[in-house]
Amino acid sequence: MTQALQHLLNTLVLGGTYALLGIGLTLIFGIMNVVNFTHGALYTFGAYAAYLACAALGLDFFLALPVAILAGLALGALIELVLLRPLRGSDMDTTMLVMIGAGIILQSGTLWIFGGVAKAIPTPFPDAPLQIGPVSLSWLRVFVFAAALALIAVTYGLINGTRLGRAMRASFQDADTAALMGVNVGFIYTATFAIGSALAAAAGALLGPVYVVFPQMGDLAAVKAFAIVILGGLGSISGATIGGFILALAEEFGAGYVSSGYRDAMGFLIIIAVLLVKPTGLFARAERIG
Amino acid sequence: MTRHLPLSHLPLALLVVLALLPLGLSDPYLLNALIQTGIFTIGAMSLNLLLGYTGQLSLGHIAFFGIGAYASALTALGFDVELLFGWRVVHEPWPPLAGFVLAVLIAGATGYLVGRLSFRVRGAYFVIVTISFAEVVRLVALNWVELTQGPLALTGIPAMRLGLPGLGEMIFRTKVQNYYLVLAVAALSYLVVARFTRSRFGRAMRGLKENEALALSVGVNATRTLTIAATASAAMAGAAGSLYAHYFRIVDPDVFLFSTTVTMVIMVVSGGKGTLIGPVVGGLIFGLLPVALRPVLAPEAQWIVYGAVLILILFLMPRGIVPKLEALAARRPRAAAAQKPVEAESRP
Amino acid sequence: MSVSDTAPILCVDHVMVRFGGLTAIADLHFDVRPGEILSLIGPNGAGKTTAFNVITGFLKPTQGEVRFKGVPLGGLQPHSITRLGLARTFQRTSVFPDDTVLDNVLIGLHREGGGRLFDAVFNLKRERAAERAAHENARAILDLVGLSGRAQEKAGALSYGEQRLVGVALALATRPSMLLLDEPVSGMNASETQVFVDLLRTIRARGVTILLVEHDMPMVMEVSDRIVVLNYGRLIAEGPPDAIRADPAVIEAYLGKGAAAAVAQAAMQEAAHA
Repeated sequence: MTQALQHLLNTLVLGGTYALLGIGLTLIFGIMNVVNFTHGALYTFGAYAAYLACAALGLDFFLALPVAILAGLALGALIELVLLRPLRGSDMDTTMLVMIGAGIILQSGTLWIFGGVAKAIPTPFPDAPLQIGPVSLSWLRVFVFAAALALIAVTYGLINGTRLGRAMRASFQDADTAALMGVNVGFIYTATFAIGSALAAAAGALLGPVYVVFPQMGDLAAVKAFAIVILGGLGSISGATIGGFILALAEEFGAGYVSSGYRDAMGFLIIIAVLLVKPTGLFARAERIG
Repeated sequence: MTRHLPLSHLPLALLVVLALLPLGLSDPYLLNALIQTGIFTIGAMSLNLLLGYTGQLSLGHIAFFGIGAYASALTALGFDVELLFGWRVVHEPWPPLAGFVLAVLIAGATGYLVGRLSFRVRGAYFVIVTISFAEVVRLVALNWVELTQGPLALTGIPAMRLGLPGLGEMIFRTKVQNYYLVLAVAALSYLVVARFTRSRFGRAMRGLKENEALALSVGVNATRTLTIAATASAAMAGAAGSLYAHYFRIVDPDVFLFSTTVTMVIMVVSGGKGTLIGPVVGGLIFGLLPVALRPVLAPEAQWIVYGAVLILILFLMPRGIVPKLEALAARRPRAAAAQKPVEAESRP
Repeated sequence: MSVSDTAPILCVDHVMVRFGGLTAIADLHFDVRPGEILSLIGPNGAGKTTAFNVITGFLKPTQGEVRFKGVPLGGLQPHSITRLGLARTFQRTSVFPDDTVLDNVLIGLHREGGGRLFDAVFNLKRERAAERAAHENARAILDLVGLSGRAQEKAGALSYGEQRLVGVALALATRPSMLLLDEPVSGMNASETQVFVDLLRTIRARGVTILLVEHDMPMVMEVSDRIVVLNYGRLIAEGPPDAIRADPAVIEAYLGKGAAAAVAQAAMQEAAHA
């Protein structure tokens, strides 16, 4: 019973960060129809940005976070302007392959610059866990969970409560009509990709201290992001949020009760199962793009 | 396909050059690079069957290569595993040639099943399903230690042996021997792809790629055609995997790395999707690029070059090198014969 | 040949098609008799192409059913319907653009010869014979539609009118007993149209029933045995050309007060389909 409770608590905390991981990817797909294969590399990038901010600039963890987010924002905007903007209107396979190429460059670049040895991001949290009755949780994970929820809330607010968000939603439904209505679709795309990238970088910076920072850390994160996004339906933000928690649940209980070796297979199995049973995702809206 | 004279002789010329190459080449490092290139070029040719001729982007192709490698290795090494309910399966070692045949069959059968299931979705969904499949297979190879030795790898895989009636047995131990083995299988694969794509099945595949609705309306069974393509493609990848296992004599779960699929995709896309010789041209360029880059760049930096070249090719010649050359060759003699104006017609 | 008392080859039986709230076809009912040329006409957006898509299995009717030679087509995939002998052409993209005209027809002939994969890969005699036969058939079909001189051209590089002909050749390659032609003479000039009318008669003389959707009224009046008129997804008239020409409901549909609205609706539908 205590064990199940502990799993449930872990699920909640893990699910929050997974949701954060997924919404950036789903946002970009929904609005731009681009399958962002740089998502994992951007996640890694965020972790290294936070590491550098601490190690090289001497900032503390709380200041390193916004630095990493801003760096992700800038890198995302750069990728969109240099690689995606010239490809507007070309087929999806081409953009996918270009994104794979960009992901390779980012990941290999990280490996080249920093080497393969894992880095640690220092945090000010105490080692002793937070004890809640029979279950416990590290302070770091509590903070990561809270920060993830805050970032998700900010993203929701941005999309539903600002002019930029309105324009994004208009482009989401129909880019051509949005352009006719005076929306600067080019800018919206750059902004969307930058925001999606910033969310990936934020996830990397938050989870960097939980795990360790190494150049291939983004591979698994990307897979999980894809699983989450497929679960929720490509392009659906609320779907990705729910998908994050479902994946966390499957992993926690799958790994806890079946086999830990296959923990990372959960994401893939979910993807395959969902796509074969209900290809549009579990929570897809009828008018969803894609 | 090979209407233009200068290019139509390329495959044969290439084969002759490649067949003569070991006579003037004794550097084992280079020979090794060529063998490896040959193996992955066969993989690229098999990927082209799907990606180039049906237009379906599978990013899980390495799964079939890896399944071929493991199937061949396990057939030759034997195994003893316990399945559910204490049911044991014991397999005594068989000759490597049996491994090769089984690798082709098992990879093909897997390709059939995966095709049956995943062609229900298209576009981004298809891409992601194929990636997921490959990763699941990799995790099984990593975790089913009793069968695969997991990260410890299957070692001591015997060299390929070919029994010839009356002539005794050929054992492919040295690099030169393996070079010719790989070259022979590659030439054979090329021929199979050529015959396949020029047959009525190939026409149905091209029809689906160019205009799916029209293809259906002339009676093309989309699911069946795509599944046949996926099966043949996987079987050929399995053959390449078997060659890999018996040449390197060791197979570990890293054979399933996503980056290998990416390498094969780069080979196909850069050479020219849907052309026969394209994957070979792309395979030679990207197989040997690391050799050229090795003195100047660290391996990590080589991958940066790979990524950059992939992007540049997609930007500069999205149809690939061979179609670009074909277009150039076709333009020169016929530049004067202006084509009739084409009425603008948008494809849905 | 008397066609009036034989059983219909195609029966569109009270078909209704709805997209969300929009009714594209409301209770369409007509028969096509073997050997006749029947034209389906009506203002833009009247539901003609939708009717084609339902008949050939690209769309499922909301209600009603279509029977071909007595076989209900509900639940059949487009390729299976083609294999029953019902072929069609498309209004917009009637060719495989990256292939030559000859290869286009060979794609259409892909089921001929019965060559198996094994034969193909090992280039067996049987396969070579089947391939030769397919090439001969393709040449014969190109002769019939008058495209022999264009056999080696890329289909995508042909003129719009010639692309329609490739579309017809592709449909003929499936050996149909009935042919559905969606605006086959659009993009053709007057003399090309006249050649096409002769082609239609030749095809019909070979025993192929023809259902035609066309805007070129003189051509429709010249070639049709019977005409079915649709407006707003409803059948408003049916009969021989002379009767249709004089039908007040038809005249109102084309020229009357509703015409402007119909055109606007058609434009929107076109936009939605593009």
